[in-house]
Amino acid sequence: MTTATTTTRRLTIAKAMSEALAQEMARDPSVLVMGEDIGKLGGVFGATQGLLDRFGPERVRDTPISETAFMGAAVGLAASGMRPVAELMFVDFFGVCMDAIYNLAAKQNYFSGGKVSCPMVIMTSVGGGYGDGGQHSQCLYATFAHLPGLKVVIPSNARDAKGLMLSAIRDDNPVVFMFHKALQGMGWLGTVQRSITDVPEADYTTPIGVAAVVREGTDVTLVGLGLTVHLALDAAAALAKTGVSAEVVDLRTVSPLDRATIRASAAKTGRLVVIDDDYMSFGVSAEVIATVCEHGGARLRSPPMRIAYPDIPVPFTPVMEHFVLPNAEKVVAAVQAMLEAAP
Amino acid sequence: MSTLESTAPSRATNRNQRLWMYATMVQSRHFEALVKVAYLEGKQPLFNMAKGPIPGEMHLSDGQEPCAVGVCAHLRPGDAVTATHRPHHIAIAKGVDLKAMAAEIFGKKAGLSGGRGGHMHLFDPAVNFACSGIVAQGLGPAVGSALAAKLRDASDIAVAFLGEGAANQGAFHEALNLAAVWQAPVVFVIEDNAYGISVAKRDCTAVESNAIRAAGYGMPGVHVPGNDADRILAAAGEAVARARAGGGPTLIEIETTRLEGHFMGDAEGYRPAGEVEALKARDPIPAYRARLLAEGFEAEALDRAAGAAIAEVDAAFVFARRADYPAPEEVFEHVFAGEGASQ
Ligand SMILES: Cc1ncc(C[n+]2csc(CCOP(=O)(O)OP(=O)(O)O)c2C)c(N)n1
Ligand SMILES: [Mg+2]
Repeated sequence: MTTATTTTRRLTIAKAMSEALAQEMARDPSVLVMGEDIGKLGGVFGATQGLLDRFGPERVRDTPISETAFMGAAVGLAASGMRPVAELMFVDFFGVCMDAIYNLAAKQNYFSGGKVSCPMVIMTSVGGGYGDGGQHSQCLYATFAHLPGLKVVIPSNARDAKGLMLSAIRDDNPVVFMFHKALQGMGWLGTVQRSITDVPEADYTTPIGVAAVVREGTDVTLVGLGLTVHLALDAAAALAKTGVSAEVVDLRTVSPLDRATIRASAAKTGRLVVIDDDYMSFGVSAEVIATVCEHGGARLRSPPMRIAYPDIPVPFTPVMEHFVLPNAEKVVAAVQAMLEAAP
Repeated sequence: MSTLESTAPSRATNRNQRLWMYATMVQSRHFEALVKVAYLEGKQPLFNMAKGPIPGEMHLSDGQEPCAVGVCAHLRPGDAVTATHRPHHIAIAKGVDLKAMAAEIFGKKAGLSGGRGGHMHLFDPAVNFACSGIVAQGLGPAVGSALAAKLRDASDIAVAFLGEGAANQGAFHEALNLAAVWQAPVVFVIEDNAYGISVAKRDCTAVESNAIRAAGYGMPGVHVPGNDADRILAAAGEAVARARAGGGPTLIEIETTRLEGHFMGDAEGYRPAGEVEALKARDPIPAYRARLLAEGFEAEALDRAAGAAIAEVDAAFVFARRADYPAPEEVFEHVFAGEGASQ
């Protein structure tokens, strides 16, 4: 990571994303942004604020509601020397444009024998917990991470958001940049305050494929991504009061997964809990646990646990949704049960 | 086939039908008024979409009532309707149970789906109504329902409502072609309220009128200006009759108005100053009342019908507010047909 020595300000993830986009558009004329309501409105989740005024409608394009077409167009732009950033307003909408994403963008470099790369960014909002129903609340990390040729990142805080966005745009591969609605810092939706961080004004990158140990500990490793990093940090703080020392790993990148950091932490603490707000089965949590267990991996003192969203669609009514979403209390309870069973 | 400018007389003859249209528009507007009150509870002074008795996005239908009543006046319970993320006026005009619908919007056990769906996912099989949240998602299903009726030899038809923004989705174009190839008894109804969230139709649609697109699929396309329930009634009457008689699909494009934001909480900075006030001055409901009075309807008859319609809504909201929430564990039910809890 380039160390930034200049001024920092406290920014939301939304502001950090739009700052990264603006800086890269100013630096690299091949970068352009497109999507629904990203121009005049500045993005439903604020990721493109100020870009239209600064760079004009040629490079900041409000599209029709035509994801199939503009996601395909992004692939063509990328194949033609541009670096498009396309916003898919909610990840839940991927169904109407997945073909361009997984059968074109993800495979173009491979099929062309490395001759035609696909440097594009798909930025998309994820997550529920605010009663928006089952077509506007999904995470789908694993759905994208499962597909070879795609990189998938998700920041838990504004500093990483800017650095990951700059890395994503400069990457010569398609990168799915996910941002969690509960961390975005929009005035009309609650935001976990810890996601609002100091952000250097200067240009810096956060490397793709590198996780971060965001809290050190010795008794148990809590692995999270996006919002669940904050659930893990809250749980770690609560556990500390009971004398349990939890280490928290922020994946930051889902694919390619930083297996070394995960293994090192699990080897150090000997206990592993993964927290994921995506559907549980065949998901990120399973991949993290497999990473630790396979190849004669770390000898854990307790069976690993996953706290994830169960395999059911997301219900509207908050009494049901909050019952099944992961939260810090569930993490604390899991760790305590784990420690009681095998101290 | 060329586009037809709807030339039907603005003076419909069926007195009861027009009284029903008036009362149903009043009912729908009152329903939205009560939704507004409930939605804002718990969201003041700081608006937070996650809070209050009705969390999540809320898309109101104020101003679009003529589209719903003009079309649904011709429909029977056996006719299928698919609607959009902005569904209340259509659901009400199709005869969806008001109490169960209100309870669903409050996330209660007595709701249409026991609180699982919410305001964008209302299902009432008793009157063949469904809606969903992905733009242009209802068109394919409407073609399927229409084909099922044809295969059953029933005279039932299907109607798909969509916004003008949805006419730029691939699903729109594919569904129209398929309906024409299959000669399915289906009517596609575009509610053109000039905006898809912040993006004006003129900035994202290649043609001035979506009705002319019907020509590309060999079906009649009808443009209905004026947000006028009587003209919509006439145009829909022809289309529904053609579908029932085996004459195949029709596309109807209605010029209507969105009197509220895209969703509640929308600051609407993308709208020119004075636009909403001007639209409200042309509110279709008082205008329709004035026309009925001018044509000799008695004020008392109108008030009586409207009063009864309003009372039904009031009762539905009392019911919905008093109703119980589901047990959180019920979240696991209905993932698969024929099973109870999935875990
Ligand atoms: C496939 C898809 N893309 C984007 C959205 C987000 N979205 C919800 S409503 C809407 C605007 C729809 O405009 P229009 O079809 O004109 O309907 P209106 O909201 O005006 O009733 C958009 C872009 C979505 N729900 N689904
Ligand atoms: Mg519209």
